[in-house]
This record gives sequence, C-alpha cells and structure tokens, in this order.
Amino acid sequence: MKNEVLIAGFGGQGILLMGRLLAEAAMKDGYHATWFPSYGPEMRGGTANCTTIFSDEEIGSPIAACYDIVIAMNQPSLERFGPKVRPGGHLLVNSSMVPIKCERRDIQCAYVPAVTIAGQMAQERVANVVMLGSLLGICPAPILSAYEEAIRSIIGVKKPELVKINLDALAAGRAAVEEQLCAPV
Amino acid sequence: MSATLEHPGAKNVAAESEPRGTEQVAGTKRLVKGNEALALGAVHGGLEAFFGYPITPQNEIPEILSGLLPSLGRVFLQAESEVASINMVYGASAAGHRTMTSSSSPGISLMMEGLSYIAGARLPCVIINVMRGGPGLGNIAPSQADYFQACKGGGHGDFHSLVLAPWNVQEMFELPALAFDLADRYRTPVFILADAVLGSMLEPAVVPDQIPPLRKVSKEWATVGRGRRAVKNVVNSLYLDPEVLSAHNETLQSTYREARREIRYDTRFTDDAEILLVAFGIAARVGLSAVRLLRKQGMRIGLLRPITLFPFPSDAIKHLAKQVRQTFVFELNSGQMVEDVRLAVNGISPVDFYGRMGGVLPGPEELAEQIRSRIGRGDSL
Repeated sequence: MKNEVLIAGFGGQGILLMGRLLAEAAMKDGYHATWFPSYGPEMRGGTANCTTIFSDEEIGSPIAACYDIVIAMNQPSLERFGPKVRPGGHLLVNSSMVPIKCERRDIQCAYVPAVTIAGQMAQERVANVVMLGSLLGICPAPILSAYEEAIRSIIGVKKPELVKINLDALAAGRAAVEEQLCAPV
Repeated sequence: MSATLEHPGAKNVAAESEPRGTEQVAGTKRLVKGNEALALGAVHGGLEAFFGYPITPQNEIPEILSGLLPSLGRVFLQAESEVASINMVYGASAAGHRTMTSSSSPGISLMMEGLSYIAGARLPCVIINVMRGGPGLGNIAPSQADYFQACKGGGHGDFHSLVLAPWNVQEMFELPALAFDLADRYRTPVFILADAVLGSMLEPAVVPDQIPPLRKVSKEWATVGRGRRAVKNVVNSLYLDPEVLSAHNETLQSTYREARREIRYDTRFTDDAEILLVAFGIAARVGLSAVRLLRKQGMRIGLLRPITLFPFPSDAIKHLAKQVRQTFVFELNSGQMVEDVRLAVNGISPVDFYGRMGGVLPGPEELAEQIRSRIGRGDSL
C-alpha cells in the first residue's frame, strides 16, 4: 500500500500543517512517511502545497508527478492539480472556496464545504482539519486514532485548548464525506 | 599520482578517536526535518563550536544550533561572512575542538580558500553543504552540482575532503557524528553533501532523548599550550622548501589512501541485476522508486548508492559492472559522479548518464522512462 497525497491552497490556510498531521498520523499508524513542502516567497496569500507520502515499504522519492489523492483548498489548486490525480484516485475539494466542479469521470470527487462546517463550530480556522477529516471518509489508512494522536501531539503541545475543537473538526469532515459518498446520485 | 604510489609519504599519524559505544540509548521516533536532523546529529556527535553565515536552504541548522549550543555551554557564532566562518573553523580546529560550519552552494564557494588551508594544515572539521541550484546565485531548489567541488578538492592544491552523502533524515542525523570521527581519525575536512529537498523534508527518525556528554578526543598536534611536551606544536600550511612540501603532500596522499577503508555504500535489488543504477543522495531516492517501477515491468535492475563519495566505492561498482549488461548514472547535475563511475567500470560494460540541472527534481516515472529508452544504447557522453 502506498498513497501519494498532495494538499494545495493559499498560504495561511494551514496547508503545511495538514500535510504534517497526515504524515504524523501515518507514522503513528506504523507506516513509512515523508512530507515535503513547497511554497512561494510570501507566506500568507501566496500558493502553498505539500506532498505527504505514506507506504508500508521504504519510500523512495518524496516528490511525485501524479497523486493518489489531491486535496484542493482553493480554485487555482483544483485547476493545477486536479489533472494530476491518478485514474481511480480521489479528489477532495473545499467547496466553500471552489465554486466549480471537476469534470473528470475517471476519479472519485468529493466536495466538502469546509469553511461552512468550521463556521458552524464557531472556529473557521479549523477548516483545514475538516478537510483532513474528509480523508478518513475515503482512505482506510491511517486509522482515526492515529489522526487523533497526531492532533494531540502536534497541536496539543503548544495549544492544548485547541485539541478538542480540532478533534471535532476531524469527525465533522469525515461525516461530510461519508454522507456524500453514500447519498444516491 | 603514480609518484605517490611508488613513494608513499611519511606514515600517517592520525589520532584514533575512541570507538563509539554500541550500548542502546533510549530514543524517540518522531518526524524530523532534514536540516534539524543535521543540526541535532552534529550536537550528538560532539560539536563544540559552530561558525556560520545564513543562506537558504539550510537556515534551520544555524537557527537550531543558535539556541542549543549556548544552552550546553558550547559555542555558536554567526560570523560576518562565509570567509570569516571557515577561518574561525580553522582556529577552533587548531585548538583541538570539534568544529563545524554549514552553508549552501554559493556560500561554500566563498569558503574554498580557507578549506585549502585547513586541508594543508591537516585540521579536522565538518562542513555541511545543503546544495542548491547553480552556478552563481542560481536558485534555492535541490541540486547535486557541487559534487566536483566537494570530492575533487575544491580549493587550490592537491587535497581532498572526505565526503558523505545521506539519503534520508535518519542518515542526516547519523552522518554528522561519523563525519566528526572520520575528521579526527584522518585529520581532514569532511563534507556532508545534502540538498534542498533532504534539508526541507520531514521523515520519521529515531533521535536519542539525551544529548551525550562531550567525549574529549586526544589530539597530540593541537595548539593548546606546550605543557610538558618536548616540542611545540605548530599548525601551518606554509612549507617553503619544495622537498619538505613534497613530503607533506605525500603524507596527505597516504591519508587519502588509508581512508579507503572507510568506503560505505548501499545496494538494493542488485543480486540478480542485469542493469545497474548508480545514484547518491536524493537522486538515489528517486532512483529507488524508478527501480521498483521497472522491476514491476520485468526489468532486472538494481541500485547502488555511494554513501562515501570520497573515497568512492570503485571496487563495488567494478564488481557489479562485470555482472550487469549496462550501468546508468542519475544525478541532479550535468554528469559529475558519472566520471568516477566510468573510471571504476573502466570499459567493462557500457555506462550511460541521465541528469537534470537547475534545481529540477524529476519524478520516478521520468527516470524510469529514460532508463527504458536507453537500454542497449551504450555510452552516450
């Protein structure tokens, strides 16, 4: 099993943290994992993306040309990386920020209104963790408890008061995708 | 070179460093950034004094050391330039300390004069180069274009540094300690060649929970006061008498020959290989992925990854060259290590090269396609 995941959006959306949480969760679940960041010179408002790879065998290249899963947090990211999802792969779209749909029929797409969901929790900035939770709805690994542990160790170290809301955001993202995938077309 | 083989210089009197303890130390597996691993690895390896000047993409190294070293009562100093840094390293090393600098390609170029003096004065030190695209200011993307600079001397005069090339974050943590041991054992500068990807990526690595206490390595030659010694120690690279300088050079060359016992390399899937891929550092990571892709398509291909770039694992490559039909070399440069591979293979079987420059890191599919399309084509340089 190997999953190459690309997460992309604007600087400031918590893109790099999402990838880091995913890598941490994968490691805690016993997988090999790598995380590689790529961002422009400006940190906020510029483009940001990162590649997280997890695998049950030693990982070669930490960078990939196409991906099993792409999480697009804004429209430019969908346009740039949507075509790079492998056939049969998954595309997760933050539909709060992306008004368009992906036209590909050879991949599975899910649209998660992450900012709306996060807003209902009165904390819009957890939209990134809502999107991360949506991964749980499509990918069996890493397991939920590994994500939870990752949130506790990475976010909890500096801001223990934010652990609970992030755990809730994770669950909300998962529920949103599961609901969508189960819904009759 | 033939002269040095016929008339080996004075016996190398490198100090033996104490063997590293093999006892298990408690460690934690966690996600570590490559640059962080280099910094922590150096401190765990006994780094006493760091001198450096900032440059991307290695700035986490001085950032971390600027907090950690003073808290341990050791020295961190941001110098006014790279030229100053390397000469401070010269001084600290002459005084018998484990010392290091880190930089990236353009900054390393500025250090070349000092490096030649360090090599000439037979001073041990560690130099980390987190390579970026060049020449000139280039860019801040990953590159391996400083292979020649690191492995073939770099500064003026007949000298070498020993050169280590990590390929994952765990090695980024482990190799600095080895580098210090090798530097002290052979009294040479030791390079660690990483790149912008290895420096910026996170990967699980086991880092011991406790920083070990400094182990003082005895250095008979260090200029720390004459004490009760019969003769005074002098650290210098000036030898005006040609015969004396010649003998000094013979000593240096015999050191490099002796260091051949430190050769380290790693192989994957080479047992039944008909095709051999040689790559180091991050290129070897892409190489491993390409090898797996090609194996799935039925190609019997294996990977050899030099860990010591100098001394170079020539014998291992020569041995495999007899087994395989063809050897490919992949580097993030225009073809530098491939020259050493060709010298090792020496015409036994064809050697082909693929490289990308300017900070481009191709994916495994691109490399696999290049290898597939070149099978049977032979030497193309």
